[in-house]
Amino acid sequence: MNTTATTINSATHQGTLIVAQAEAPLKTGPRVIDYNDRRTVGDITVPDPKMVCRDVNVYYGENHAIKTVSIDIGNRQVTSLIGPSGCGKSTFLRCLNRMNDTIPGCRVTGEITIDKENIYDKNLDVVQLRARVGMVFQKPNPFPKSIFENIAYGPHIHGLAANKRELGELVETCLIKAGLWEEVKDRLEEAGTGLSGGQQQRLCIARAISVNPEVILMDEPCSALDPIATARIEELMDELRENYAIVIVTHSMQQAARVSQRTAYFHLGDLIEVGDTEQIFTNPQHRLTEDYITGRFG
Amino acid sequence: MNNNTNPLARKDTTAIVRAGLQRRYAAEKRFKWYGLTAISIALLAVVLLFADILIKGLPTFWQTDIRLEIDFAPQIIDPDGRRNPDDLSLADYSALWKKSLRQLFPEVESREELRSLYALISSGSSLQLRDRVMANPALIGVTQNVDLLADDTVDTFFKGGVDRELPEAQRPLKDDQIAWLDKLKAEGKMETRFNTGFFTNGDSREAEQAGIGGALVGSIFTLLITLSLSFPIGVAAAIYLEEFAPYNRWTDIIEVNINNLAAVPSIVFGLLGLAVFINFMHLPRSAPLVGGLVLALMNLPIMIIASRAALKSVPPSIREAALGMGASKLQMVAHHVLPLAMPGMLTGSILAMAHALGESAPLLMIGMIAFIVDIPTSPFKPATVLPVQIYLWSTLPERAFVQRTSAAIILLLLFLAVMNATAIILRKRLERRW
Amino acid sequence: MLPYLVLTLLLLSTIGYYLGRRRSLAMADGHIRNLHSLPSYYGFYTALWCGLPALLLFILWMALGSILITYLVVADLPPEMRSLPPERIDLLVSNIKNLVQGNIVSDTADPVMRAAADQYRRLQAIGNGALWLLVLALAIGGGAYAYRTIAPRLRARNLVERVIMVFLMVSSTIAILTTIGIVLSVLFESIRFFHAIPITHFLFGLQWSPQTAMRVDQVGASGAFGAVPLFTGTLLISFIAMVVAVPIGLLSALYLSEYAHHSFRSVAKPILEVLAGIPTVVYGFFAVLTVAPLIRDTGQWLGLDVASESALAAGLVMGIMIIPFVSSLSDDVINAVPQAMRDGSYALGATRSETIKLVILPAALPGIVGGILLAFSRAIGETMIVVMAAGLSANLTANPLKAVTTITVQIVTLLTGDQEFDSPKTLAAFALGLVLFVVTLTLNIIALHVVRKYREQYE
Repeated sequence: MNTTATTINSATHQGTLIVAQAEAPLKTGPRVIDYNDRRTVGDITVPDPKMVCRDVNVYYGENHAIKTVSIDIGNRQVTSLIGPSGCGKSTFLRCLNRMNDTIPGCRVTGEITIDKENIYDKNLDVVQLRARVGMVFQKPNPFPKSIFENIAYGPHIHGLAANKRELGELVETCLIKAGLWEEVKDRLEEAGTGLSGGQQQRLCIARAISVNPEVILMDEPCSALDPIATARIEELMDELRENYAIVIVTHSMQQAARVSQRTAYFHLGDLIEVGDTEQIFTNPQHRLTEDYITGRFG
Repeated sequence: MNNNTNPLARKDTTAIVRAGLQRRYAAEKRFKWYGLTAISIALLAVVLLFADILIKGLPTFWQTDIRLEIDFAPQIIDPDGRRNPDDLSLADYSALWKKSLRQLFPEVESREELRSLYALISSGSSLQLRDRVMANPALIGVTQNVDLLADDTVDTFFKGGVDRELPEAQRPLKDDQIAWLDKLKAEGKMETRFNTGFFTNGDSREAEQAGIGGALVGSIFTLLITLSLSFPIGVAAAIYLEEFAPYNRWTDIIEVNINNLAAVPSIVFGLLGLAVFINFMHLPRSAPLVGGLVLALMNLPIMIIASRAALKSVPPSIREAALGMGASKLQMVAHHVLPLAMPGMLTGSILAMAHALGESAPLLMIGMIAFIVDIPTSPFKPATVLPVQIYLWSTLPERAFVQRTSAAIILLLLFLAVMNATAIILRKRLERRW
Repeated sequence: MLPYLVLTLLLLSTIGYYLGRRRSLAMADGHIRNLHSLPSYYGFYTALWCGLPALLLFILWMALGSILITYLVVADLPPEMRSLPPERIDLLVSNIKNLVQGNIVSDTADPVMRAAADQYRRLQAIGNGALWLLVLALAIGGGAYAYRTIAPRLRARNLVERVIMVFLMVSSTIAILTTIGIVLSVLFESIRFFHAIPITHFLFGLQWSPQTAMRVDQVGASGAFGAVPLFTGTLLISFIAMVVAVPIGLLSALYLSEYAHHSFRSVAKPILEVLAGIPTVVYGFFAVLTVAPLIRDTGQWLGLDVASESALAAGLVMGIMIIPFVSSLSDDVINAVPQAMRDGSYALGATRSETIKLVILPAALPGIVGGILLAFSRAIGETMIVVMAAGLSANLTANPLKAVTTITVQIVTLLTGDQEFDSPKTLAAFALGLVLFVVTLTLNIIALHVVRKYREQYE
């Protein structure tokens, strides 16, 4: 294991070597890269990228929250973003569907593309972008409406359903996909806020997929849920992966290990290391990553 | 996960979304415009209101005088030469300025014409001359230039409020009066000065003599009584409810009651005052005492709510620290909680006072709308208050009274602005963030 | 005279404070340790004993003294005067009081009245003298008692604190007493009114003309106290006000909280709040001198027949007055909708207006409805604007260009000017007050309940 240290993944992916911001190639040498080196370790690219982020910086006023991050989001796989609190993983996630636009004083530079279209391009419409990149939030936030209306909201505003029958069909499909149908099919007219926490979060997932997005962003979707509800959501993610690119921010390393295929480790606004989940958790290359996953801080 | 059951899978959703964008953004723009229009209307209303009142009211702060050479003839003022103050006060001073006017316009002879000539000068001029002589009897026998109050129509004319082009019948001033005024003006006998009388005089039927002095004093008396009752009682009630009261039905009732009382129409408090203070307790009608009592009751809920909010903002850790040192609960409140909550309470009470200063409806009920010329000397004497004076004047048709009403409003708004600004500054300066 | 008595009392209490303090120190041989409480508590203890009983007596006299004197004076009146009906006696009493005050009343020549006034003055003088004596005696006696009881073991702090607690508790009940006072005073007079005029007649009658009723002197039969035109007039003007205030206030609040740039908001919001601080009499002036003529002229220009005291003018200006009320309540309610709701909507690709219309407004609806109810209750109870800008003629109409009158206008009209207190005309004002109180109270209770329930939902 030690001997392959400098060429991780080079055999499996056609991408470059370990260095992302490629001015100076990292010197070959010790397997574990030192704390002070904040260049990204690992292969940031994937063969079939849905979204490509290059040199993304985010500022909140004076605060430099994300520092020159580059990473690809692969299609039909779950990418998890991990790291200690305040490391910027949620901020980065919110860049991917421009939810940061709603925060006053927030500024984003760099380039993020979806299917080669720059999402920060003036000509790209944010409404349309968000229809393509859905989001599920940390705390379940169903609208104070009925279960049916919660799901129907997205299709309604975008005009996706031609008629009532189609809308009903669509709501049913989304609820089935979110694994909630059996539990709520007899009470679609009841308030969405009356469901349990886990059900609410699945409702939110159903709501997110109701507009047929290509990417689903999940911001710590299970942090407010109990273990059984969490297991249910994780199962769901595994199923959804077949059709969508999923990016999940999580505090739980076990969860990242369970659901994701790729993992990116953030530290104080820097993307420290990225790679196959298995590799990150068994063979981290950066000291910070190693410390984090072995529980030395976090 | 059978994709075929998903109706969307059969569609190009991106294209559908794109197709709807134009319509949706149009709706977005429209909605934004509605909001902008609404707020513009509201802001426009503020501007219009203030502009209207300023334009109408500002001229009042200047007053036209007519300078006449008055011969303080002893044979008119003090025929027996004893300088007895009672005789002096009863003399016919109007004869003095009438004579002087006649000398200026010797060509005016007929009774009719003389009456319209005399109408140029305010009837209050006689009092003006009397006060001069009473203050300084040595004036008798002297001839002196005196600035006499012009009648309100003259004042209005001088400020450009009378259109010369109008037919004579529609003008408050006749042709010959205008000619006389032009002559006086040409001779430099008319001039405008700052209107101090407006601030010091009591009410009057004559616009040029009417002032807000009485109403101002009435307002001060009323507010003093309101403050001295509602502040201590409001603070005490807030302290009890916030710091001592047990949670039970009774305090719950008090709580609901206070919130509802704050929203009871002010006129209902007027009815209460009329029934209880005047008809039952036989307190004097029209007196600031009763007005102050009524406004105190009206303000009490507001005071209590504000004081409770101030007490709530003091963190419990302070209370625990004081109790931990062995202070009694009352000592804890008096030494620690109350001083910290005081800025908030003061702010609240200033705002409540501002509210009371502008209130008029309940005061109408207890008779504070009497026509009162004298400036009240105590809270037991009949008086009126600033907003009620505004109401009284607003019912009078003369243009000069319209101006005076506006001027009184300017003053009232100025007071309110100062009070609110004080409250804001106090809050910024003294209030702590925990 | 009386203010001096209060000052004297204050002075005595201050002296009592220092004496009590000094004595406690003397008792403790200068060692505070020996005392149960701090010396200042002994001071307060003495001061309270000195001031409080005397002050209570003073207040009692202030509240009841003139009733007592009036009673005595009336008792001394010649029997033929005493046998007059109560409302005539009240009139006599007020004339006597005017004489006492030195005001000139029309029928002052009557020697009986003069005698009564002299009697009144004499009793007043005796009363005041006795009050001085009693108050001073109580103050000194109380102070002396306290002074004598001061001892190191005396639990002065507990005693003082108990007095303060009683004061705090009494203060907190004054709000309740006020409500009871309102209910009782309005209710009693109303019941007297309903003895003269049947309540059904008052509530459902279509004719309102209290003036004619006075002259004809047969009140019930004339059908002059049917308050329906007043209710409809009040509703019409309030409705116009709400039509103006609700859309403008709500849309302003939405614009300011969802669209406006921070700097615009920080300017526009205080300006809007200025509207809330303007006294209603100013709005009334604006309505009667600027808006009403403007509407009348516009109406003439359009060929419409507009009354110079049209409901439209009063309603419009009242609407302007209520705008900040609606907007600040809506603002509170809108800001209480969690950001997560907005995020959820935006993340689905909704535009701002879609988010507002489909998520925020429905979520905030109960709160907004509560706010509108509160605003409506305020419109119904608003007095000065309508007194100045609305008419006196009780027309039963829904035409906003006609003049209508309102409950509050009639209360003011009926109670200002010189009337005997007991005529059905003045009592009618209290019946109207009762209606006003009940209606606004109901609206407030519902509204506050709705708003509270709404707040709890998101807390």
